[in-house]
Amino acid sequence: MDLDFTAAEDAFRSEARDWLAARVPSVPLPSLETAEGFAAHREWEGVLFAGGWSVVSWPEQFGGRGSSPLEWLIFEEEYYRAGAPGRVSQNGISLLAPTLFEHGSDEQRARVLPSMASGEVIWAQAWSEPEAGSDLASLRSVAVRTEGGWRVSGQKTWSSRAAFADRAFGLFRSDPDADRPHRGLTYLMFPLDADGVTVRPIGRLDGKPAFAELFLDDVFVPDEDVIGEPGQGWRVAMSTSANERGLTLRSPGRFTAAAGRLTDLWRSTGGSAYGPDSGSRPGSESCSGFESGSGSGFESGSGFASRSRSGSDSRSGSNPGPNDAALRDRVADAVIGARAYQLFTYAHASHIAAGGSIGAESSLNKVFWSELDIALHETALDLLGPYGELSDEAGEAPAHGSWADGYTFSLAGPIYAGTNEIQRDIIAERLLGLPKGRR
Amino acid sequence: MRFLLSDEQREFARTLDGMLRSAGTPGVVRSWASGDHGPGRALWARLAEAGVFALAVPEEHEGVGPLPLELAVAFGELGRHAVPGPLAETAAAGALLGRLGGDAAHVWLPQLASGKAVASLCVLWPGGSPYALDADAADAVFVVDGDTVRLADAHGPMQPSADPARRPARPLGGVVLAQGPAVPAAAAYAADVAALVTAAQALGVGRALLERTVQYVRQRTQFGVAVGSFQAVKHRLADTLIALEFAQPLVHAAALALTADDPAAGREVAAAKVSACEAAYAAARTALQLHGAVGYTEELDLSLWIRKARPLRTAWGTPAACRARVLAD
Repeated sequence: MDLDFTAAEDAFRSEARDWLAARVPSVPLPSLETAEGFAAHREWEGVLFAGGWSVVSWPEQFGGRGSSPLEWLIFEEEYYRAGAPGRVSQNGISLLAPTLFEHGSDEQRARVLPSMASGEVIWAQAWSEPEAGSDLASLRSVAVRTEGGWRVSGQKTWSSRAAFADRAFGLFRSDPDADRPHRGLTYLMFPLDADGVTVRPIGRLDGKPAFAELFLDDVFVPDEDVIGEPGQGWRVAMSTSANERGLTLRSPGRFTAAAGRLTDLWRSTGGSAYGPDSGSRPGSESCSGFESGSGSGFESGSGFASRSRSGSDSRSGSNPGPNDAALRDRVADAVIGARAYQLFTYAHASHIAAGGSIGAESSLNKVFWSELDIALHETALDLLGPYGELSDEAGEAPAHGSWADGYTFSLAGPIYAGTNEIQRDIIAERLLGLPKGRR
Repeated sequence: MRFLLSDEQREFARTLDGMLRSAGTPGVVRSWASGDHGPGRALWARLAEAGVFALAVPEEHEGVGPLPLELAVAFGELGRHAVPGPLAETAAAGALLGRLGGDAAHVWLPQLASGKAVASLCVLWPGGSPYALDADAADAVFVVDGDTVRLADAHGPMQPSADPARRPARPLGGVVLAQGPAVPAAAAYAADVAALVTAAQALGVGRALLERTVQYVRQRTQFGVAVGSFQAVKHRLADTLIALEFAQPLVHAAALALTADDPAAGREVAAAKVSACEAAYAAARTALQLHGAVGYTEELDLSLWIRKARPLRTAWGTPAACRARVLAD
């Protein structure tokens, strides 16, 4: 058992780090949940693609590098360490692409994947419906057979960034007479500007308009846009839901980087929350998140080896009072949680490299990272005191409002990609062997 | 990177598991708790024969160590079966004397490795325990006080613990075995070994509590169905598994860091200790709650694990001390 990287992996890390250092915008892009930010993030996807970094784990023929899961984890660590922009292509890359690799045709892969990798086409998911959330198999949107394809009608909702995206994928009921709800479903792809598609933006909790509901009225979808066999959509979709819950949606690099920034913030405050008497505003120091370019809090490959360099001003290690010990414990828990998640995924990557596969275990990840994400951001807001509530639109917001923004985003974590209640059911039934019961 | 236990390490765990399962450890624990150390010493000898105690002792003193990862694997099984005795203390004493060398190492280490001697250890530093665990059962009680290591020649009255299988007492008097600047460094290393194996032991305790509780809620029926079909029950057990599963890799990483003498080992050990012990303690709370009233009885063997979780949480590094250490420079 070891945690060592090969020389080739170290070189891969250096290459990624250098490339990112030269290109990551020094000021964060506008929120990718706005029209302006969406366009800026799409452009960034193009930059990533040109450098060969947009989809490192894909085969080279589709724009990737054929990287191993471990190399992908290394890239993600460097990506978030560098404070690089959020991935607007996330839904396509982490949900649709794995489905196409597993169930798509060669023609579909050749047609869909390159433009996804370059950011030219951005995909939205169309799973949930007003009456089908956790109980996804009860969905009602229909696909009716017609010459050369299907005619699709119904309503989809909670479709992230569908307000700005180009195409969508989801499940539709193609056989209303099937004996069980999860039979008779078909997995389809369709353009969001097709005839019969109406996209209505929904303001999210953070006020951003990128959520949407989709009204589909007799939309034609050609046979070439069916993934897998008609009627097999549930089975096809489940391969992607494990991806969404598992490590591909929320890589540990994201949390190790955030925990590193949190530690910097904590040190910069001298171990207690900012208050009216502290005499300085957190954003005025080097502690403030994205612009600090700080390390992850533990150097790659050597665990907790060294603290990051920025934010270690002279107030570090001052004597925290009793209230501060509570904050310190929460900072420590965030650091430990991020490290645990990193190590857990290293074990998963090792397991996959040894020929194993990951099934219901992905539900462990989903609950863990989503709760870690909230706790980490809550701690940051508490450290920031009166500055914690300032959004990315506030000129004086520390770290351009990234903590407040990240906090609001984190609140969605326990809900999307299968609520944590559903995940705990899966853990209890499939990993612990408890009997099924009423939900 | 291959962050997975080897086949040999898994086989070692399986062997210990099988041996301890057939040994009927609950009876051994109950004897130990009543002050009868006979069955416990017999089990100790079998563990020594399986190689457990030699893992902490260097080869030049008839051991095979130090092998922190194998120690962690072994202690996971010791916790799973609630084995009583100064287990972490004996491993840590081996680490201490192994680092110090000299006459004390020459005299005691072969006996620790072979299981002939049971050791206890007390490191007197701020926030540490003034007690030596199971001092009445130990053949040697080592005391670290500043830059001095003593071999105690007596102990104060036994101070029964809330876990009756743990029997602490103050070490008294004794002769100086070692003195000098090497002592604090060796003691710090020994305390890290103790914290690591306590974390591993706690994880084993947590896993046993989870396994037993899962078994129980599958067969216990109320309202005409197995209580394990209720979401409120399932979700507590799911959370228990999550906490244990995410603490496990921290324990392995801490063992690797100690093996490599990594300067960050202290932080890795602290992270493992607090996570594993919090997970085990939460498992104990869940096990008790989901067993209901029968869980609150001494006669149910479950009590042997439930009462172990809390003291392990404090032993060799309180949660607060561990969290502070994770953030230390």
